[in-house]
Amino acid sequence: MEKKLALQMRGITKRFGTVLANDHLDLDVYQGEILAILGENGCGKTTLMNMIAGIYFPDEGEILIDGKEVVIRSPKDAFDHRIGMVHQHFKLVDLFTAAENVVLGTQSDEKYNLKAVNAEVNQIADRYGFHLDPAKKIYDMSVSEKQTVEIIKVLYRGADILILDEPTAVLTPQEITRLFAVLRRMRTDGKSIIIITHKLNEVMEVSDRVAILRRGQHVATVRTAETNEADLTTMMVGRRIDLNIHRSQPVNALPRLIVEGLNLYNAEGIHVLKDISFTSNGGEILGIAGIAGSGQRELLESISGLQPVASGKITFFNPKKDRPVSFFHKSMKQVRALADKGAFHDRNMNSVNFRGMRSKAVRKMVKDGDVLFREDEVMNLRDKDPLEIRRLGIHLSFVPEDRLGMGLVGSMNITDNMMLRSYRKGPAGFLNRKKPKAQAETIIRDLEIVTPGVGTPVRRLSGGNVQKVLVGREIAYTPKVLMAAYPVRGLDIGSSYTIYNLLNRQKESGVAVIYVGEDLDVLLELCDRIMVMNGGAVTGIVDARTTTKEEIGLLMVKTDERKEAEDA
Amino acid sequence: MNMWLNFLIDAFAFGATFIYGSTGEILTEKAGHLNLGIPGIMCMGGAGGCLVLNMIGRSDLPPFLIVILGILGALVFSMLCGLIYSFLTVSLRSNQNVTGLALTTFGVGLMKVLMIKLDATIYLVGPKQMYRWPFAGRQDSLQALGVLFFMAVLIALAAGWVLTRTRIGLNLRAVGENPATADAVGINVTRYKYMATCIGSGIAGLGGFYYIIDYMASQEAYLSVEALGWLSIALVIFALWRPPLTIIGSTLFGLLFSCASFITNIPGITVTMAMKPLLQMLPYVVTIIVLVISSIRNKRENQPPASLGLSYFREER
Repeated sequence: MEKKLALQMRGITKRFGTVLANDHLDLDVYQGEILAILGENGCGKTTLMNMIAGIYFPDEGEILIDGKEVVIRSPKDAFDHRIGMVHQHFKLVDLFTAAENVVLGTQSDEKYNLKAVNAEVNQIADRYGFHLDPAKKIYDMSVSEKQTVEIIKVLYRGADILILDEPTAVLTPQEITRLFAVLRRMRTDGKSIIIITHKLNEVMEVSDRVAILRRGQHVATVRTAETNEADLTTMMVGRRIDLNIHRSQPVNALPRLIVEGLNLYNAEGIHVLKDISFTSNGGEILGIAGIAGSGQRELLESISGLQPVASGKITFFNPKKDRPVSFFHKSMKQVRALADKGAFHDRNMNSVNFRGMRSKAVRKMVKDGDVLFREDEVMNLRDKDPLEIRRLGIHLSFVPEDRLGMGLVGSMNITDNMMLRSYRKGPAGFLNRKKPKAQAETIIRDLEIVTPGVGTPVRRLSGGNVQKVLVGREIAYTPKVLMAAYPVRGLDIGSSYTIYNLLNRQKESGVAVIYVGEDLDVLLELCDRIMVMNGGAVTGIVDARTTTKEEIGLLMVKTDERKEAEDA
Repeated sequence: MNMWLNFLIDAFAFGATFIYGSTGEILTEKAGHLNLGIPGIMCMGGAGGCLVLNMIGRSDLPPFLIVILGILGALVFSMLCGLIYSFLTVSLRSNQNVTGLALTTFGVGLMKVLMIKLDATIYLVGPKQMYRWPFAGRQDSLQALGVLFFMAVLIALAAGWVLTRTRIGLNLRAVGENPATADAVGINVTRYKYMATCIGSGIAGLGGFYYIIDYMASQEAYLSVEALGWLSIALVIFALWRPPLTIIGSTLFGLLFSCASFITNIPGITVTMAMKPLLQMLPYVVTIIVLVISSIRNKRENQPPASLGLSYFREER
């Protein structure tokens, strides 16, 4: 059966200043299909969709709906043509209920009656298999519920063409399955669904056709059944890239950071971290998974000394290299006693025992440097601010999720941002700019940062390049512990893999890496162990090599049994 | 007993000034615009009304028509100020605080220039003398409550009803909370902002007019309008952005304000001249206390509109 064309775009062009966001794009959408739009960040996917939804107006080109040319100047025009868009950043009024958000902006001769709207929302929800309480306020809702409100909002306006911008980015695997079921039901209902994404496995799972964009241009549209992930990537990036993360086995992984029974209350007195205990090993990547806002940010901030904790221990543990035993401080008797306790070992890590040996032989062995001992550095990080931690000589690096808010100063250039780590060095009162400048140049070269020069304010760089500057600076600090929160958020595939490789290289050089991520596939491929958080508590720590996405997904929504016991 | 009743009625009458001022400011703030120009706008409203009354006060027009024309004069002047403010902050997206303060300086100054030129014996023939309802001709304190007082209460109640019970109110609140959302669902954000600011300014302007012509009905009244404007803005926080609550808040402020003059009538209490300015401080002290309390509570519904003070530009990336 030949499907009818629902929407056609012909020669769409949009410029932002000198940047060409969309370059003469053509796109067809049929009725009753799910079309995936695939492309790297900044390739113009969202811009294109915003033009159909009336947020932007194209500079050139035409849009046809059901074969007739239309002009969409505002979101209202889009609704009039039965087009609805669910934005990546939800456009909801937090203070309103679900139903109020749904009815917002609609025009009707009927009297404004919230009860009728509630009933209608329930009806739509039942029809497509959603679960939603229309009287619930948005600020009480989970991300998935908010998304449901957005979709119902669009359906309430009678949309036949639905655009979903990165709908799965914030959902758990179970929620994604549920969303896809709803989308398939809508497709059966004859609706056209456009889904913007950069996750290949989801494209393969849910779509009928895939349109690939690259640098504002339409590369190809293919049937999903006739393609595979590798081909899609090649079309998307323009060159073949290696989609494997080379994960090595952790070598000599020893505890580096030990957190025990950590509790934290935020400014509003809410218990945001509940009894967190874990160990991060050197030479290992510990992933932290969880729905956004489960306490990941608070955890990293309390470790780095930005948030005062209520109770618990944060211990930094630095296994020093083996050192030869000497008689400088100790007598023969003491050395023998320590050896009895098993404090010494030889070069092959076998413990050394002097029992039955003559003192002369012992003295010779010690003098030859064959008897070694290990001196650990144990430091308490709790109740210390970042400056005090730095003064202790602990190199703790933190890549916060809010890059330009907490990580870098947007209006300063790359060199100056490097100096945020080193401004205390140099003669009193004066700054040493040479080293940071050299460092900035090294980072630009090594991480392939696209910038006019070291003197450009970082705000003017693209998201991926800003992130590279931040990660580059933190790595240049030669950290012992590297904590990164969502370091690839908003980055394209190429840049993401650069960051993954950087983290892996840090791991191989013995750094304890803590990686907070949202893409479970990446977490599974990149990390050695994954800690899952929900509602401020640890719901499980699993081995990334043997676990499954489903198991992590269940842990992400698992509630704290102790809390339930308290409530009951 | 009668003295206390007089006290209360006077507080009501005086409070109406604040009802106008705060209801006007609430409408503007609900659209996401912090209008610090309200004191100036109230001054301009007063000046506009007086200007019209000065022209027609001695004419042969029927009294109620003179009053209505006076009100219209106040509305036109203050809405014009509101239009200037909206043009600067909505269309040109200039800083709302600076624009508001400039408008206040402008309004207060222009009013003083105008009022010096006007003849108080002509413009004060307004409602107080000519058209009162329903307590016309009464000799006790009830005569202080005139048409404009009841209009203030009605406007506050109506504004509360519109904000919570109608589509327009829902849309307006959405504009103030999250203009991008409102825009995405097809609400004309610019129009709502202009309308709310201009209508709010008009209502506030009536407050200035009421105070000069009706409540005080004196030649020097215009000098204290600015101070009342600032209190009206503070009262918005007290009323938690709900117009009906301004009625209660205004009465309380009215009580505190008239406290200084009424306390001397209470037998057994002697007030020295030095004490009086201290008593006059009371409304401001209460404002500070209210600000402290309202910043401690953090219920979401009682917070200012989320995008208050921020300009909105659709294509901002």
